Amino acid sequence: MTISIRSVDKKFGRYPALNKVDLEIADGELLALLGPSGSGKTTLLRTIAGLEFPDAGQVLFHGQDVTFASAAARRVGFVFQQYALFKHMTVAKNIAFGLDVRKGKDKPSKIEIEKRVDELLKLVELDGLGKRYPSQLSGGQRQRVALSRALAVQPSVLLLDEPFGALDATVRKSLRKELRRVHDATGVTTIFVTHDQEEALELADRVAILNKGQIEQVGTPDQVHDQPQTAFVCGFVGEANSFEGQVAGGQFTAGALRLPAAGVRDGAATAYVRPHDFVLDETGFEVRVERAHVQGPLTAVSAATLDGHPLEISASRAEAALFQGAVKIAARKTHVYAV
Amino acid sequence: MSAAPSRSRRATDDPAWAKALVIGVVLVFLALVLIVPLAAVFAEALRRGLDAALVAVNNPDALAAVKLTLLTAAIAVPFNAVFGLCASWAIAKHEFRGKPLLITLIDLPFSVSPVVAGLIYVLIFGMQGWFGEWLVDNDIKVIFAVPGIVLATVFVTFPFVARELIPLMQEQGTSEEEAAISMGASGLYTFWRVTAPNVRWGLMYGVLLSNARAMGEFGAVSVVSGHIRGLTNTMPLHVEILYNEYDFVGAFAVAALLCLLAVVTLVLKTAVEAAQPRTGRGGH
Ligand SMILES: Nc1ncnc2c1ncn2[C@@H]1O[C@H](COP(=O)(O)OP(=O)(O)OP(=O)(O)O)[C@@H](O)[C@H]1O
Ligand SMILES: [Mg+2]
Repeated sequence: MTISIRSVDKKFGRYPALNKVDLEIADGELLALLGPSGSGKTTLLRTIAGLEFPDAGQVLFHGQDVTFASAAARRVGFVFQQYALFKHMTVAKNIAFGLDVRKGKDKPSKIEIEKRVDELLKLVELDGLGKRYPSQLSGGQRQRVALSRALAVQPSVLLLDEPFGALDATVRKSLRKELRRVHDATGVTTIFVTHDQEEALELADRVAILNKGQIEQVGTPDQVHDQPQTAFVCGFVGEANSFEGQVAGGQFTAGALRLPAAGVRDGAATAYVRPHDFVLDETGFEVRVERAHVQGPLTAVSAATLDGHPLEISASRAEAALFQGAVKIAARKTHVYAV
Repeated sequence: MSAAPSRSRRATDDPAWAKALVIGVVLVFLALVLIVPLAAVFAEALRRGLDAALVAVNNPDALAAVKLTLLTAAIAVPFNAVFGLCASWAIAKHEFRGKPLLITLIDLPFSVSPVVAGLIYVLIFGMQGWFGEWLVDNDIKVIFAVPGIVLATVFVTFPFVARELIPLMQEQGTSEEEAAISMGASGLYTFWRVTAPNVRWGLMYGVLLSNARAMGEFGAVSVVSGHIRGLTNTMPLHVEILYNEYDFVGAFAVAALLCLLAVVTLVLKTAVEAAQPRTGRGGH
């Protein structure tokens, strides 16, 4: 199912939660909506689901206008942030709900429903837990029940709002893999919301980055990380040192620090350099090393420029010994944006 | 850390004498205000022996009062359960204009004196009231008759269920309902299969409270009843009449019966609270 979102606006009172949002999602894609808190991720997801309706613009499913169609008519599977499992129903009843509500000849027989529930429980590795109540499950298990309940109706789109938000780091990691596996097994077009960039970059085919109700950039994880199109994306995705300064003649200057800035118009600008893009270089500028400590296979170096601007450098373990006292470094890659 | 490792102290451990004092005060207070009067009712009722009490209760006027009380509760309570369920659903799960006004209106019976509530109905349906003539012409009796008593009882008891359910439903939010709707459930199906089961214990609790009040209401009912023996006397009114006639055994016997109904309600309420398993208040 392809999904097109065309200049969608949504206001809550006078507050614009979504502002001219355009987004194309390909069939079978796994897309992440990434952004800080309050950026409009949930609002956009709910608009796609038909749980919220835009003030302007269009939502198209497979070329068909569904802007004002109900959630049920769109056949979406929605996984809520707090799961929203039916507390008084068993796991099996929860999963079967979407099939149980059907009427007439659309309604599968009891045996078919049971079979489908068993299949889904297997898919999310919860076999044998069908008779439990949601309160008798761990957070991770509830999450899986919510996922299989959403999948039970064979949705055309699977939408997940911060699916791993309430879980601890280990469970998050394993469930991430699980979502990827389920997505690959079912091939259903999937959109998930997260404010965790690591999660978005690891899991998604493409990432859409939202800020203040607007889409800043849509691209593959590599693209948004390596070629950020806006200052916001650069600062939000991945680690970055930021510097406020001036551009003149293709050169960025902030105090003693000089960085190449080809193609950026003259005037005030912000420069970003990823920690791993700083390298030792005799022709570069001087910094004072304050601290260097081991970070897995890398060395994390805290340093400061001569005029006191702090910066973070990430080097290999082999280079750790070289970062002592005053060293000269250069940036092999910079991102400079006029402000 | 502690110098006396043998005694494990928790943050909530107060000195023993303080605990004893607080509990003692509570018990004395309860005894004075609740238990002694309740015991007195039964003692007075049984002063001339159980037989005398039974005779007093087994009198046609007393039986008529019991019947009327039960009938009134049987009409008012289901009505308020349905109304309370609908009102709280509308208020907790939907946004609409005038919602604060509706909430205030629901609280009105709690803030208005029951006597005033009774007078309102006299003003509307009484002989000199707005619809008085029309009612007389059509031979319908509301005031000084059963309909008036039921109306007054409904008025004073209708906040109980709604007040119990609104915070419960608000706390539960709307995401379960949205989940149901997104899976193709209709509004009504969602209400019966998702919303209502989630509040069933709260509903039961509200029903019991409103039942207790419906059977015990004096003020509002007293105004609209007319105190016609055997016809428009509820149990609380009957108790007062007997008492004013110095029939103490009779008065206390009926009062004891009323207390028994209240005790049954309280036992049911406790059972409801104990039976709340995985869901409901504080259960998650
Ligand atoms: N029902 C509502 N009424 C009023 N304002 C709302 C409503 N829902 C969202 N908003 C506002 O719209 C903006 C976007 O909200 P949204 O929930 O989409 O953010 P989000 O990106 O999902 O944030 P988070 O990561 O914190 O969940 C926020 O500023 C929020 O306050
Ligand atoms: Mg959100």
